[in-house]
Amino acid sequence: MTMVMAVPAGTSIWRIIIGSAIVLVILAILPRLVDPYQTVLLTYGLIMAIAALGFNLLLGYTGLLSFGHSAYFGAGAYLVAFIMRDFGAHSMELCIVGGMLGTLIIAAIFGFVCVRHTRIFFGILTLALSQVLWSLAFKFFWVTGGTDGIRVPYANLTLLGGLVDFKGAGSFQRFIYAYYYYVLALFAVSTIIIWVIAHSPFGKALQAIRDNETRARFVGISVRRYRWIAFMISGTFTGLAGILWVPLNGLTTPDILYWPFSGEIVFMTVLGGFRSFTGPIVGAMAFNYLKTYAIASTEYWQLLLGVVLVILVMALPVGIVGTTTRLAAKLGRSTK
Amino acid sequence: MTIFVIQVLNSFFYAAVLFLIAAGLSLIYGVMRIVNLAHGSLYALGAYVSAWIVGSAVGRAVEGNFGLAGVLLLLPLGAIAVAAVGALIEPTLLRPLYRRSEEYHLLVTFGLLMILEDVMKLLFGRTPLSAGAIMDQMGSIPVGRLIYPTYNLFVVAVGIAAAIGLWAFIYRTKFGVILRATSQDRRMAAALGINVSRVYVQAFAIGCFMAGLGGAVVVPAQAAVLGLGIEVLILAFVVVVIGGLGSLQGALVGALIVAFVRTAGIQFFPEIELAVLYLIAAAVLLVRPTGLFGRA
Repeated sequence: MTMVMAVPAGTSIWRIIIGSAIVLVILAILPRLVDPYQTVLLTYGLIMAIAALGFNLLLGYTGLLSFGHSAYFGAGAYLVAFIMRDFGAHSMELCIVGGMLGTLIIAAIFGFVCVRHTRIFFGILTLALSQVLWSLAFKFFWVTGGTDGIRVPYANLTLLGGLVDFKGAGSFQRFIYAYYYYVLALFAVSTIIIWVIAHSPFGKALQAIRDNETRARFVGISVRRYRWIAFMISGTFTGLAGILWVPLNGLTTPDILYWPFSGEIVFMTVLGGFRSFTGPIVGAMAFNYLKTYAIASTEYWQLLLGVVLVILVMALPVGIVGTTTRLAAKLGRSTK
Repeated sequence: MTIFVIQVLNSFFYAAVLFLIAAGLSLIYGVMRIVNLAHGSLYALGAYVSAWIVGSAVGRAVEGNFGLAGVLLLLPLGAIAVAAVGALIEPTLLRPLYRRSEEYHLLVTFGLLMILEDVMKLLFGRTPLSAGAIMDQMGSIPVGRLIYPTYNLFVVAVGIAAAIGLWAFIYRTKFGVILRATSQDRRMAAALGINVSRVYVQAFAIGCFMAGLGGAVVVPAQAAVLGLGIEVLILAFVVVVIGGLGSLQGALVGALIVAFVRTAGIQFFPEIELAVLYLIAAAVLLVRPTGLFGRA
């Protein structure tokens, strides 16, 4: 595999920074131009993008396909619900810190077990362990509310250490806009962190493991430990997405721990293209719109998404970003 | 004591159904190295088709034992329908992917799962379908002071017959030899003049038939509902992981273990019965990655 991640030869760091800055400015202006509903959709998209970015650290960079990332997303969401309900906390920052710590611990335990295997066994193991959490959330209804889930009302929430709260009239409108920028900021920070990790010596080591495990071991890379660390980072960021998701959704149910949700995370990453850094971001946004409009337009939205996925795997295995890059490269060559 | 006997019978019933599903999953993995995420949905499809056929036949059938035998013979039609679907799926969706990595196998079968779930909703509607008439007609037998449905024992018999039949088929027939040869070395088998593509279609269809049969035999006892396949797939995974992916004996032993643990779990520790099963699967994978009967 001679895939070039994110930085193709000749692309300077400045081009990436300027490009990201333009995208960020556009994202920051967008809520002024579109209606509140679109803003909510965008927020969901950004949240899923964090989940997919975290997930892709394992799939795209380490070469491990997890079919159990619903566990970390769901763990994050449930931890926020517990922190707010049982500890009476209101601060979102507290929820984020607590939730990420909790998810990190779960990812550390599950990862410790899972990285002993690769390929198909890794996938099945992640899946089996994620379903342990699902069955617990499903069965311990006096703690988790069972299939009813736990309500997480946005009105109980404060942002930025209590500076922004959502009480009184028109609070929902205020929440939507404030929360969008909150998520956008965290999205930007997460993207930068994951980018730095992916392009650090550690990230290069992960890619070496992905491409040739035996050679990586010869070079002196402790393969299992690197995989474990990657697993923890990946799980924690997917957990952050779950944490951010739950106040917006207002409710957490076992559905987000159920294994088809893991499938959705894989789906969006492949939709965007897991061979590029930006693929998961584009894929998560695109999947979010695709799913929302499919559900709105037909009762058989799963059928529609399933067909899209099958066509994607058959015809466009490199995803949206990969295909666009190839097309652009082709065009560039033909005009020269 | 009576309760105990009934729980053991329940476990055997459950094991028979699980075996049918897991054996198909295992066979497909053993021959073509594909983990079929849509396998549970194929099981559900078998349940729906059988329930639908039996449901439309029951009103018209002759009363009495003769009618009952006729309806019982209709049940496998669901399995045959699923096998036909499988014979369509393999050449169109799976064949182009054998050279690609496993990630794509999982993804395409996940897409197939989504498609099948909605196709079932489209064809059979949202109301659960059941073939309960069969169970009612077969009556029950006394067990101690309680009674037990005869149909459940029939399912156990089907499970045993399927296990013996599949074993004889794989280890005692020429086709079985070809199947095992292809499973061990695809290129060598092709070089010896075996039509590998045909073997693959047949193996996949047989695997689907087993899943469909599982659905067909379960539907008189338990209605076919949406989401049935998604739930059962994970249990089938637990079975094949415990027994060993690709091993027939493993599927049998795994099904028995899962069935007994689950029955005991529902009786004694209902909150964590599912969690315990997944943890057992994880533990087996850790200690013996290839399962109890798997080969490396």
